[in-house]
Amino acid sequence: MLSFDFLGTVGLNHYLIVSAALFCIGMVGVLLRRNVLVILMSIELMLNAVNLSFVAFSHFSQNINGQVMVFFVMTIAAAEAGVGLALAVTIFKRFKEVNISFFEQLKG
Amino acid sequence: MSNTVLISLLFIFPLVGFLFNGIRFRSKNYKLAGAVGTAAVGASFLISVVLVAKLIGLDADARSITVHLFDWINIGSFTANASFLLDPISAIMILIITGVGSLIHLFSIGYMSHDERPSKYFSFLNLFIFNMLLLVLGDNLLVLFVGWEGVGLCSYLLIGFWFTDKAKAAAGMKAFITNRIGDAAFLIGLFLVFTNFGSIEFSSITSLLPATAESGWSGPITLACLFLFIGASGKSAQIPLYVWLPDAMAGPTPVSALIHAATMVTAGIYLIVRLSGMYILAPNVMMMIAIIGALTAFFAATIAITQNDIKKILAYSTVSQLGYMFLAVGVGAFVPAMFHLMTHAFFKALMFLGSGSVIHAMHEEQDIRKMGGLKKYMPITHFTFLLGWLAIIGIPPLAGFFSKDEILWYTYASSAGSKVLWAIGAITAVMTAFYMTRLMALTFWGESRVSKDVHPHESPKSMTIPLIVLGVLSTIGGWIGIPHVISQFLPGHIPNVLKYWLAPVGKSIELTGPATEAEELIIMGLTMGLIITVSWLAYLLYAKKSAIPSKISGALGPVSKAVENKYYVDEFYQSKLINPLIEASKGLWLYIDVNFIDKVTYLASDFAVGCGRGIKNLQNGNIQRYAMYMSLGLILILSLILMGS
Repeated sequence: MLSFDFLGTVGLNHYLIVSAALFCIGMVGVLLRRNVLVILMSIELMLNAVNLSFVAFSHFSQNINGQVMVFFVMTIAAAEAGVGLALAVTIFKRFKEVNISFFEQLKG
Repeated sequence: MSNTVLISLLFIFPLVGFLFNGIRFRSKNYKLAGAVGTAAVGASFLISVVLVAKLIGLDADARSITVHLFDWINIGSFTANASFLLDPISAIMILIITGVGSLIHLFSIGYMSHDERPSKYFSFLNLFIFNMLLLVLGDNLLVLFVGWEGVGLCSYLLIGFWFTDKAKAAAGMKAFITNRIGDAAFLIGLFLVFTNFGSIEFSSITSLLPATAESGWSGPITLACLFLFIGASGKSAQIPLYVWLPDAMAGPTPVSALIHAATMVTAGIYLIVRLSGMYILAPNVMMMIAIIGALTAFFAATIAITQNDIKKILAYSTVSQLGYMFLAVGVGAFVPAMFHLMTHAFFKALMFLGSGSVIHAMHEEQDIRKMGGLKKYMPITHFTFLLGWLAIIGIPPLAGFFSKDEILWYTYASSAGSKVLWAIGAITAVMTAFYMTRLMALTFWGESRVSKDVHPHESPKSMTIPLIVLGVLSTIGGWIGIPHVISQFLPGHIPNVLKYWLAPVGKSIELTGPATEAEELIIMGLTMGLIITVSWLAYLLYAKKSAIPSKISGALGPVSKAVENKYYVDEFYQSKLINPLIEASKGLWLYIDVNFIDKVTYLASDFAVGCGRGIKNLQNGNIQRYAMYMSLGLILILSLILMGS
């Protein structure tokens, strides 16, 4: 029988560490990966890292506001994913390429 | 009709003529172009007559009509409005411009009938009339200057009208550039007038003059007068800027008659007469004007004696007569200057048109050595030219006699004049008689030297009618200014109309006391006697086909050669002024401009580009790079906050 005792010992810090780790992974993905789709996914990862810390803070401070905020973030993230993917598809159709380093036409 | 409407119409007619012919400038229909051009100026002449009639109707002291069209420039204390002043001086001028102008337009119809581009020609001619009216009617120096530049432009366009001939195009350029030198001085004079009086309107200048005279300090006024005179000497072809006028004969002959004899070249005289009150306060400049006028009159007359081109002779004669007018204004005889301006406009326009008629008949031949005996082929031209000849050499009762005699008398008797200047003027009058008689003799009298394939013929009516009208004017034009010393013997005692007409505006220096009427009559008789003797001599020398002239010029050798080559003034200017200037400009270009100014500007631009090159890489379009900057910035801010806490 598995023991879930350690669950009781999981505190705010653990959540925040996971959240920070997720955020950093996402950020590194955004900064380093070349594939547009992967970059979009990494952005989702960063958003969800933030969501996690919101929920954690909300739980530990007994305040519902944080969880409400998460719904907003998820909604926005869905919209952002829609627009981002549409852009990605259009760009792919135009350049036959998903590597972001090719999309430099808008430089000043 | 109100004055505003009349004065506007005066300008609108030539402008419409210019636009009409200018738009259809390719048309070869010389009759339509000529009819429209002539009608436009003719209409302006009628309006001028109406305006002058209105002016006569006013009281003698209140004879001035000012019309304000619109505010033009209004900056700080500087105002220049598009407003016009019609007073006795400008009244004479507009009558000459539109009257003689319309006759010359009429003459041009026949003269330009074989030309390729008659519409263009008439549009330029109308534009000239428009600008000339602007010049004489402007009530401030700036409007005058606009007209001043406008007539310069038209002069350039018309001298170089046959621009496919390079020499003619160059003559146009020469006129334009020489005038620019004068115009620069004119502008400086204008600025000086403004700094001195705080206004450039003639009426305010005149009203401020008494105060300036009382202050006794005439330095700035002297300077302003000097620069304005240099401007006038450029436009009116005086030493040292006269060189463009003889070359300007490259244009069609009616243009020479209108622009380079009757109207434009007298603009300088008009300017000085207009500002006569100011010039009286600058006696040094007045003396300089008198000397330059006398010298110009003298030297131009000597050159005219040796020339063989019919138009060149008339051109130098014009320079010489303009010298007379400057001599007159220089000795303070402003009314005689205006008088001579008017009579000269009549007889010189007549002679130029007459020469045009001759040139037309001789198939573009201008050398008087290849003419002679034209009297029997061209009776009307000969007779009218005869009147012009008598007028210019000053035989009474023709126009030139009265005006020239007035000038000589004032030079002799005025407190600002001198006996030496009078002597130069009198000698010039005698020389004028000589070269004009020579011109008559070689062209119309004596034996025919016309080559066999040329058949001279009288010109068509459109050309002879203006000649006849101008002939009549050259005969009777002087009767409005008969001096008291003569008129007292005449039945009815004709008054000196012109003197009374100009009295309210034309200031004059008083004559010195001792000069008596007897003296005036003696001087008059002396010059008359000399003129008649010399004319007779010239007639004998040239009409009788004598070999003496060539012997004389042979005996004089280098002197006559120098005169024939116009004293090498053009060559002198070319080698001593123009070439050094070109070399100096080349030096400035190669050393100052290329090596210094350009390098400094390149340095500045290189610095800017270098700065930009470093920062440019921050914005290379790579979105991940941008994200990196944002992340690094975030980390930086966060770490600063954390360290601070």
